[in-house]
Amino acid sequence: MMPPMTDVHPVVSPLLGRLTLDALPLHELPVLLAFGGVTVGGIALLAIITYFKAWGWLWRDWFTSVDHKKIGIMYVILALVMFLRGFSDALMMRAQQAMAFGDNAGYLPPDHYNQIFTAHGVIMIFFVAMPLVVGLMNFVVPLQIGARDVSFPYLNNFSFWLTASGAIITMISLFVGNYARTGWLAMPPLSGMEASPDVGVDYYIWGLQIAGLGTLLSGVNLLATIVKMRAPGMTLFKMPIFVWTALCTNTLIVAAFPVLTAVLAILSLDRLLGMQFFTNGLGGNPMMYVNLIWIWGHPEVYILILPAFGIYSEVVATFSRKRLFGYTSMVYATIVITILAYLVWLHHFFTMGSGASVNSFFAITTMIISIPTGAKIFNWLFTMYHGRIRYELPMMWTVAFMLTFTIGGMTGVLLAVPPADFVLHNSLFLVAHFHNVIIGGTLFGMFAGINFWWPKAFGFKLDRVWGKRSFWLWVVGFWTAFAPLYVLGLMGVTRRLSHFDDASYQPYFIVAALGAGLIAMGIGCMFMQFYVSIRDRNTDRLRDVTGDPWDGRTLEWSTSSPPPDYNFAFAPIVYDNDAFWDMKTRGFERPTTGFKAIHMPKNAAAGVIIGLISVGFGFAMIWYIWWLAIVTLLAMLGVSIWHSFNYKRDFHIPVEDVIRIEDERTRLLAAQKVVA
Amino acid sequence: MSAELTYEPTAGGEKPVFFDLDEHDHPEGGSTMLGFWMYLMSDCLIFAVLFACYGVLGHGYGGGKGPKELFELPLVAFNTAMLLFSSLTYGIAMLTMEKGSVRQVQFWLVVTGLFGLTFLGVEMYEFSNLIAEGHGPSRSAFLSAFFTLVGTHGFHVTCGLIWLTTLVIQIGTHGLGQANRRRLQCLSMFWHFLDVIWIGVFTIVYLMGVLG
Amino acid sequence: MIRPPSLLRPALAGLALLAPALLGGCSTVVLSPAGDVAQQQGDLIVIATLLMLIIIVPVMALIAIFAWRYRQTNTDAPYNPEWHHSTALELVIWAVPLLIIICLGAVTWTSTHLLDPYRPIGRIDATRQVALNAKPLRVQVIALDWKWLFIYPDYGIATVNQLAAPVNQPIEFDLTSSDVMNAFYVPDLAGMIYAMPSMTTKLNAVANKPGNYPGFSSNFSGDGFSYMKFRFLAGSQTDFDAWVAKIRASGTMLDRATYLKVAKPSMNHAPTFYAGVAPGLFNAAANNCVAPGQVCMDAMMRADAGPHHAEHGEGHAKNNDAMKMSAMPMPMAKSDAPAAVSDATAKNSAQSTARLAGAGLPMPGDRRTF
Repeated sequence: MMPPMTDVHPVVSPLLGRLTLDALPLHELPVLLAFGGVTVGGIALLAIITYFKAWGWLWRDWFTSVDHKKIGIMYVILALVMFLRGFSDALMMRAQQAMAFGDNAGYLPPDHYNQIFTAHGVIMIFFVAMPLVVGLMNFVVPLQIGARDVSFPYLNNFSFWLTASGAIITMISLFVGNYARTGWLAMPPLSGMEASPDVGVDYYIWGLQIAGLGTLLSGVNLLATIVKMRAPGMTLFKMPIFVWTALCTNTLIVAAFPVLTAVLAILSLDRLLGMQFFTNGLGGNPMMYVNLIWIWGHPEVYILILPAFGIYSEVVATFSRKRLFGYTSMVYATIVITILAYLVWLHHFFTMGSGASVNSFFAITTMIISIPTGAKIFNWLFTMYHGRIRYELPMMWTVAFMLTFTIGGMTGVLLAVPPADFVLHNSLFLVAHFHNVIIGGTLFGMFAGINFWWPKAFGFKLDRVWGKRSFWLWVVGFWTAFAPLYVLGLMGVTRRLSHFDDASYQPYFIVAALGAGLIAMGIGCMFMQFYVSIRDRNTDRLRDVTGDPWDGRTLEWSTSSPPPDYNFAFAPIVYDNDAFWDMKTRGFERPTTGFKAIHMPKNAAAGVIIGLISVGFGFAMIWYIWWLAIVTLLAMLGVSIWHSFNYKRDFHIPVEDVIRIEDERTRLLAAQKVVA
Repeated sequence: MSAELTYEPTAGGEKPVFFDLDEHDHPEGGSTMLGFWMYLMSDCLIFAVLFACYGVLGHGYGGGKGPKELFELPLVAFNTAMLLFSSLTYGIAMLTMEKGSVRQVQFWLVVTGLFGLTFLGVEMYEFSNLIAEGHGPSRSAFLSAFFTLVGTHGFHVTCGLIWLTTLVIQIGTHGLGQANRRRLQCLSMFWHFLDVIWIGVFTIVYLMGVLG
Repeated sequence: MIRPPSLLRPALAGLALLAPALLGGCSTVVLSPAGDVAQQQGDLIVIATLLMLIIIVPVMALIAIFAWRYRQTNTDAPYNPEWHHSTALELVIWAVPLLIIICLGAVTWTSTHLLDPYRPIGRIDATRQVALNAKPLRVQVIALDWKWLFIYPDYGIATVNQLAAPVNQPIEFDLTSSDVMNAFYVPDLAGMIYAMPSMTTKLNAVANKPGNYPGFSSNFSGDGFSYMKFRFLAGSQTDFDAWVAKIRASGTMLDRATYLKVAKPSMNHAPTFYAGVAPGLFNAAANNCVAPGQVCMDAMMRADAGPHHAEHGEGHAKNNDAMKMSAMPMPMAKSDAPAAVSDATAKNSAQSTARLAGAGLPMPGDRRTF
C-alpha cells in the first residue's frame, strides 16, 4: 500500500539535471497508451500540415498574428483542446470513485489518483476557463467598443503564447515525470520540498507562473484598450455590459494575478533555495501561503464569472428583442462584486480557527455579494418580461444558467455560514457547489458566447440540431453528475478520496459517473456540432452574409462576418448603449465611398518565439538542468532586445484593398436585400 | 475625429452622423503610458505581497540573529543615496531629452547606470557577507523574507540596467524619435518606481529593523 | 420551435421530486448527527436554506414562467421592447435580497459565536445545560502521516486511530499535526477543524448517542489521505472507564522514540493503545521538537521576541528532557496530578471491563469491529 518514497536529495547531473529514463512512463500502460496516442496524433497532424504546405500560412496568419480576433480564436481553440484533457481526468476520477469500495481499491493507486484531481483542477481553471474567458474578451471587446485592435497588439500575441506555453509545460508532465499530487492550490507544507520532493510541484509552479504572466499582461492590455480605445461617443455608461464586465474582470486580473506570481515565486524559493517562508520550522508559516493564494484565488472566481454575466446580459437582451432591464444597476452590481471580491478570501478556510468575529466578518461580506448577484438575476428576468424570446442556442444556455446558477448561488451562501461550513467544508457538497457555479455559470456562459459570436468570427452559424443535443446532454448530465455529490456531502463524505469503506455511498457515485457519461456525450455532440457546421458552412441554413444574424444590439454586429482585419472601415459614433440597435432603428446608412488607407499593426514573431523558449526554460527549471535554464533565459532576453530594435511595427492597409473589401460587402448586402 | 462633433442625436428628427468619415491615424502608442502605469501598479502588488510576508515573518529569526545584529545602517544609507542620485540623474537625462541632445541624454543615462551598478554592487557585497557568515536566506523566515524582498528589488534594478543599456544604444542608432522618447519615459517611470519601493524597503526593513 | 420551456418544466418538477427522494433514501449524517454541536450546525443548514428558499423559489418559478410566457410565438403576451427601467422594481430587487441577507447575517453572527469551536460548550443538548463545575474531557490530537494519535492527558493514556468518550460529557480537543495540514472531522460529533503543524487549534464538542462513528481527515494530506481513518466510540461513563482500564492494562508506553516510529508514514494503521505517554509530548509535537536535539518553536519564538524573554526561554531551548525521556523506560507520570487521580478511576472501573464487551463497545485491540 505504501507509495515508493522518493529520494529527498536526487542526483543532479550537469547535463540532464534530475531527468533520467525513469521519468518516462515506460511501466504505466495507460499513460504509455496516451503517450503513444498523442505522439501518433501529433505526428499525423504535423504531417498533414506539411502535406498541405500550411506551415507558412499558420505562421503568417495565426502564430505571429497580432489581430485580436485571431488571438481570441486561438485562445478558444487552446481551451477546447485542454478541455478534452481536463475532462478525461474527470472521467477517470468518476470511474475510480464509482468502483473503489471495500476490498476493491479501484484501478488508480493513490499517487496516480492524486495527480489526476490536481491536474483536473489546474487545467480546468487555468487552461480551460481562463483561455475561454480571455479569448472571448479578446475577440469581442475591441469589436464592441468600435476599435480596430487592442492597445498593445504585439503584447496580446505574446500573452497568448505565454498561456499556451504554460499549457504545454503542464501537458509535458503527463509523459515526462509526474504532476503535482497536492490539490489544485498546492498548499504547503504538502507542496514543500519535504513532502513533495519530486518534479510534480515544480511542473505546477512553472506551468502556472508562465501562464499567469500571460494572463496578467493580457489584463493590462485589455484594460488599457477599454479605457483608451472606445469609439467616439462611447462614454463609460454607454459601454455594452459585456465591456463593463470585461473592464471589471481585467481590473481584477491586474490586481490579483501579481499575488499569484509572488506567492508561486516564494513557494519555488522555498523549494529551490531552501527558504523558510512556508516551512514548519525556523519561523515559517504555511498559513501565510493559504491566505495569499486565496487573496488571488477568490478574485479569480469572479474573473471567471463576471465575463459570463456579461455574455448572459448581451444574449438575454438580444434574444428577448428588448433593451436590457436595469443597465445602470447591472453596472453597479458588477462594480460592487469587483470590490467585494477582495474582502471574502478567508471564507475558504473558516475551519482554520480564526475566531468567531473574524469568521463572521468574512461570512457576512460573502453573503453581501449575493445581493448584487441576485440583482443581476432579477435584471435578466425582467429583461425577459414583456420580451419576445427566441430560443436560439445562446438563449437556451442562458435560461439553463439562470436555473442552475440560482441553486449554486444558494449553496454558496450556505457554505458562507461558518458553522455550516464547519460540517460542509472540503466535502463533496463543496465540490458540487463550485462545479454548480463554474459549470452552470462560467462554462454555460462560454458556450452561450461561442454559439452567439461564432457567426461573427466565421461567417456562418453553428448547427442547431447538434447544438440542442449537446445542450440537453450537458444540462441533464450536469445535474445527474452533481446532484448526488450534494447528497454525498450531506452524508459527510469528504473530497479527494480515492477509496471508501461505506458501501452505501456507491449508488450515488455510480449515478454521478453516469452523469459524467452524459456530459461526455454532450461534449461529443458539441464537437460534432462544430464539424457539421464547418462542413455545411456554405449552405443557406448556416451562412450569414449580413454580419448581423441575431438582429444584434451592439457594434460588433455592424460589421461583416468575419470582420475585415481592420474591423471597421470608419469608426462608428455612439449615442446609445445599444449602439447598433440605435443605428438600425434610426435608419443608418452604411458609407460605401470615401474610404481611406487604414493604419494597422504588423505581425510579429517575437511572441511565439519567446513563448516557445519559455517552455524550454520552464522545463529546465523543473528538472534542474541549469545550463539549459541559463541558455533559454539569455535567449529570451536576446529575442526581446532584438524585437525592441524593430521600429517599423505598423503599416497601412492600401485604400484599394479597403475599397475592394467594402465593395464586396456592399454587393453581398444588396444581394441579401433582393432575396429578402 | 473632428473636434466639433457632438454625440447627442441631432434635433428635429434628422439622422445623426453614425460614422466618423474624417478619421485620422491615431498616434502610435497612445495607451503606452497608461498601460505601463498599470503594469507598474501590478508590480507594486508583488512588492506588497513581499512586504506583507516580511511583516508577518520578519520576527521569525528561527533562534538566529535579527536585523539589529545583521544590518549595517551606514552602508545601506550610502546605497540609498546611490539610488536617489540615480533617480536625480535620470531626471536630468529626461530634461536633456526635451532639448533633443542625444549625446547628453546618453551621458546622463550612463551616469544613472553607474549609480545603479554601484547600488547593485553594494547590495551583492551585503548579501555575500551575510551568506558567508551563515545568515543565508534558508537560515530563518526573517532572512528568507529579507533576501526575497531586497533581492526582488535588486532583480528589478538589474532589469532596469539591461533596459537602460539597450536604450543608450537605441537612441544612438535611432535618435530621439517619438518611439524612443516614449521608451525613455517608461523607463523613467520604472526607475523612479524602484526608488519609491526602495524608500519603503529602507524604512521598513532597515530603519525600523535597526532602530525600532 | 419553442420547445425548451415546455421541456424545462417537467425537468424542474422531476428535480424537485427527486431531491427529497435522494435525501430520504440515505443517512445524511450532517443533518442528523449524534452530537449536539453537529446537530446545531446541521439545523443551521436547514434554517439558512429555508431562509434563502423564500427568494429562490419565486425566482426560479418566475424564470420558468417568463421563459414560457414571453416566447416568440406567444403573440398574446405583451411586448415592450423599450421598457428597461422601473425604480420601484429596482428597489424591490435590491431590497428583498438585502433583507434576507440581514436576517441571515444576524443568524450567522450569533451562531458563529455560539458555535465557535474554541468556545467551551454551554449545553449538553437542547434541554440540558453543562453543570457549572463540570470539567471537560481533554483529548490532545496529533495528525500524523496518515493516522491519528489521541492523548488523554488526564488519564495518561494514548491511542492511535481510536477515540472514545462518554456520552453527554463535554470534550475539549487540542489539535496539531506532525508535518502537513489535516482537518479533524467526526461528522457525528461536531464540525471539522484544521490540525496544522507548528500550530494548535481547539474544538469543543459533546456526543449524545452511544455508538461507533467514523472519523477521518477532511483536508487532503498526501498519498495516504484516503486511508487516514479512525473510529469514535461513544458509550456510557462505565464503558469509557472500562476502555481506559483496558488500555492501562495493555502495558505499552508511548515514549518519544515510539512516537517518532509511529509518526513515520503509514496507511490503514490498526488501532493501537498506549498505557503511558511521555510528558509534554503534545507540546513537543506542536512545537516541532519531539526528536532529540530539536529546538522547540515556542522557545525559539521567545528567543526571537528579544533578550528579555530569551533568558526565560533559554532553559527550554534545548529539549534535554526529551532526550532523557526517550533514553529510559517510561514510568507513569506520577507527578502529574490528573494522572494520579485517574489511577483511582482506573481501579474503580476495572471490574466493568466485562460489561463493556456486553455493551457492544469494541474492546481495545479488537480490530474486527472497525
